[in-house]
Amino acid sequence: MKLQEYRSKEILARHGVPISAGEIATSVEEARAAAQRLGGPVVIKAQVLVGGRGKAGGVKLAATPAEAAARAGEIIGLQIKGVTVRTVLVAPAARIANEYYLGLILDRGGRAVTIIASADGGVEIEEAARMNPSAILRLPLHPLIGLQEYQVRRVAFFLGLSPGLRSAFATTLHGLYAAFMESDADLAEVNPLVVTEDGQLLALDAKIVLDDSALFRHPDLEALRDLREEEPSETAARDAGINFIKLDGSIGCMVNGAGLAMTTMDLVKLAGGEPANFLDIGGGAKADRVAAAFRIILDDPSVRAILINIFGGITRGDEVAHGIVEARASLGRQVPMVVRIVGTNSAEAAAILHAANLITADSLDDAARKAVAAAGSSG
Amino acid sequence: MSILVDRHTRLVVQGITGREGDFHSRAMLEYGTQIVAGVTPGKGGQSAVDGRVPVFDTVADAVAQTAANAACIFVPAPFAPDAMLEAADAGLPLLICITEGIPALDMLRVNHVLQAKGVRLIGPNCPGLTTVGAAKVGIIPGDIHRPGPVGLVSRSGTLTYEVVQAMTDAGVGQTTCVGIGGDPIVGTTFMDVLEMFNADPQTEAIVLIGEIGGDEEERAAAYCAREVRKPVAAFIAGRTAPPGRRMGHAGAIISGGAGTAESKRQALQAAGIRVADSPSQIPALLREAGVR
Repeated sequence: MKLQEYRSKEILARHGVPISAGEIATSVEEARAAAQRLGGPVVIKAQVLVGGRGKAGGVKLAATPAEAAARAGEIIGLQIKGVTVRTVLVAPAARIANEYYLGLILDRGGRAVTIIASADGGVEIEEAARMNPSAILRLPLHPLIGLQEYQVRRVAFFLGLSPGLRSAFATTLHGLYAAFMESDADLAEVNPLVVTEDGQLLALDAKIVLDDSALFRHPDLEALRDLREEEPSETAARDAGINFIKLDGSIGCMVNGAGLAMTTMDLVKLAGGEPANFLDIGGGAKADRVAAAFRIILDDPSVRAILINIFGGITRGDEVAHGIVEARASLGRQVPMVVRIVGTNSAEAAAILHAANLITADSLDDAARKAVAAAGSSG
Repeated sequence: MSILVDRHTRLVVQGITGREGDFHSRAMLEYGTQIVAGVTPGKGGQSAVDGRVPVFDTVADAVAQTAANAACIFVPAPFAPDAMLEAADAGLPLLICITEGIPALDMLRVNHVLQAKGVRLIGPNCPGLTTVGAAKVGIIPGDIHRPGPVGLVSRSGTLTYEVVQAMTDAGVGQTTCVGIGGDPIVGTTFMDVLEMFNADPQTEAIVLIGEIGGDEEERAAAYCAREVRKPVAAFIAGRTAPPGRRMGHAGAIISGGAGTAESKRQALQAAGIRVADSPSQIPALLREAGVR
C-alpha cells in the first residue's frame, strides 16, 4: 500500500528525518492561508499516488500567497493519469545547492533491506541505474543487526557530503531506516534529499510503500489508505477478499490463483482478445465469493463475456458449478460465460453447466478461444 | 530417486487441528505420506485426523517421540514465523511452509536464522511438493501426478497444477514437483531446486514455471546455461500484466523494464531453454527435447 507524500513525510519527521514544514490544503483559500503562514516562496504539490505528477503539471512554484492560491486553483481538480487531485501540499520552496537520492528497499534477490544512494538525485533512479550503474550505491543491511555506523559513513562518503553535514546525514539515514522497519515497509525513499544553499540537509519529497502482508499489525497505517484513489471495484473486491485489478479489455476473468489468473489473461490475449481484469478468487471458489466476483466483473460496462477458470484440485467441481449457476441467476446483466472447471466430479460439473446454458471448455486454450468468440458476437 | 521428500520422510504437521491442517493432512495420508505427528500448543496428548495422528504441544516433543524429520506448516501468518523457528530449533532439517501473508521483514529474519542452521525451507506461500508415488507434503492435489522422468519447479499454486495436469494427460510423468512460493522472500529459489534436479539421476528433464517480478528466472536461466545439461522447458505467466501493479502474489510486480515476462522469456531462450506460450505446450516441448 502506497502512502501519500505528506503522510510519508509525517512518518519520517517523527523519526528525525529533516523535512521541510508544509501544510495540506484542499481549497484555494486554504492554500493561500498556508502560504501566508509559511511566508516566502512556496511549492504547491498535488497529493496523488500515481507517478509523473510533475510532468502532468501537478507541481508548481509560487512567490506570493496570491500566486499560491492561483497555482493551487490550477492543480486542485486536475486529472493526473485518471486521478483527480483533491489535496495539495504547500511547502516552503528550498534553494537547492545539491540533490541526492536516498532510499531503502526490500531486495528480494539479495534477501536484505538494501540502501540505495546516488548523487544524481531528483531523476528517475531506475533510469540512472541503467545509464550509469557506478553512480548508484547498493548496500545490503544485515537482517538481524541492521544499519551500522560504518555503513552510514560509507554512504555519506559515497555521496561526497561535506564533513559538516555528516551528523545530520546520520540522523537522516537512521531515521529513514527506523521508519522503514517500524512501519514494515517495502520501500522508503527520499528523492530528492537536498543540501540547501545555506547548507542544510532537507528531504524535499518522500515516498513510503507498505508491505500489505504486515498491515494486520499496523491498523494506524491501514487507516491511511486513500480510497478515493482506488477504482471503487478494487475496493469492493478487497472487502470481499478477492484480488482484483481492473484492465481495459472486454473479457472478464474469474480464476483461482494469481499465477493461473495471469496465465488466463495471457491466453485471452493470445487468442486475440483483451482481458478486462485480473481476478484471483482465492482458494475453494466458495459460492459467496463467486457471486461477489460476478458483481465486480459486471460492474464494468465494457465486459462482453466472462471466462471462468477454476482449477479445483481437491475441491469438488460440481459444487463450484452449482455456485456459478446460482450466482448467475441473481445477476442483473447477462453476458455469455465460458466455464472451465478442473477437479473431482468435473463430468457432473459440465452437466450442471450445460443444463444452465453455459458454455463449457475442455482446456484453458479452448476456454480462451471460446471466450474471445463469445465477446465478439455479443458486442 | 527424487528430491527433498520420499517414502522415508516422517512428517510433523504444525497446525494439524486447524481446518486447513486437518483437511490437507487427510489428503496427504491418503497419498501415502507418513505423517508421524501433529503439533497444536495446548492439545498435546490428543490425536488428530480421526485418531490417526498423535498431537504434541511442541515440535521438540514431537521430534523426541516420533523421530520426525520434516515439518509442514499450516499456522496462520501472524504465528507462522514462530512456528518455523520452533521447527528449526527442534532440529528438523526440512520445513515446508504453506501459510500465505507472512510479513516480508519477518521472513528476512527467519530465513537468516534457518540458513545459518542449515535448515531447508520451502515456501512460504507455496503449495508444497510431491515426489510422485512416494510422498506429498502440502496442498497439491495428489491425483494430477503420474510417475516419470521430469522434475518441475514453480512459483505458483494452481498454475503448477495446470501444467502438471497437462503433462500427465499427455503421458509425461514427473519425479518431484516443487512449488517454491510466490512471496518476495522465500527459503528456496529456482536455482536451489535446479541444482537438486540436476544432481538427481532419476530426473531427465526439468520444467520451470515462472512469473513476472524479481529476477529469479533470469538467474535461473544463467545457471541453466552454465551447469544444466538436461533439457529444460519453461512457461512465464504475466505477459499481459500492466506494469507497476501487483498481481496477487506479493512477488508478481513489475516496475520499469525489469522483471517483465518478455525479459524473462528472452533470458530463458538465450540459455537454450524451450519457452511455451501456453501451459498446454509444455508436454510437446519436452517430447521435442527427447523426453519419453
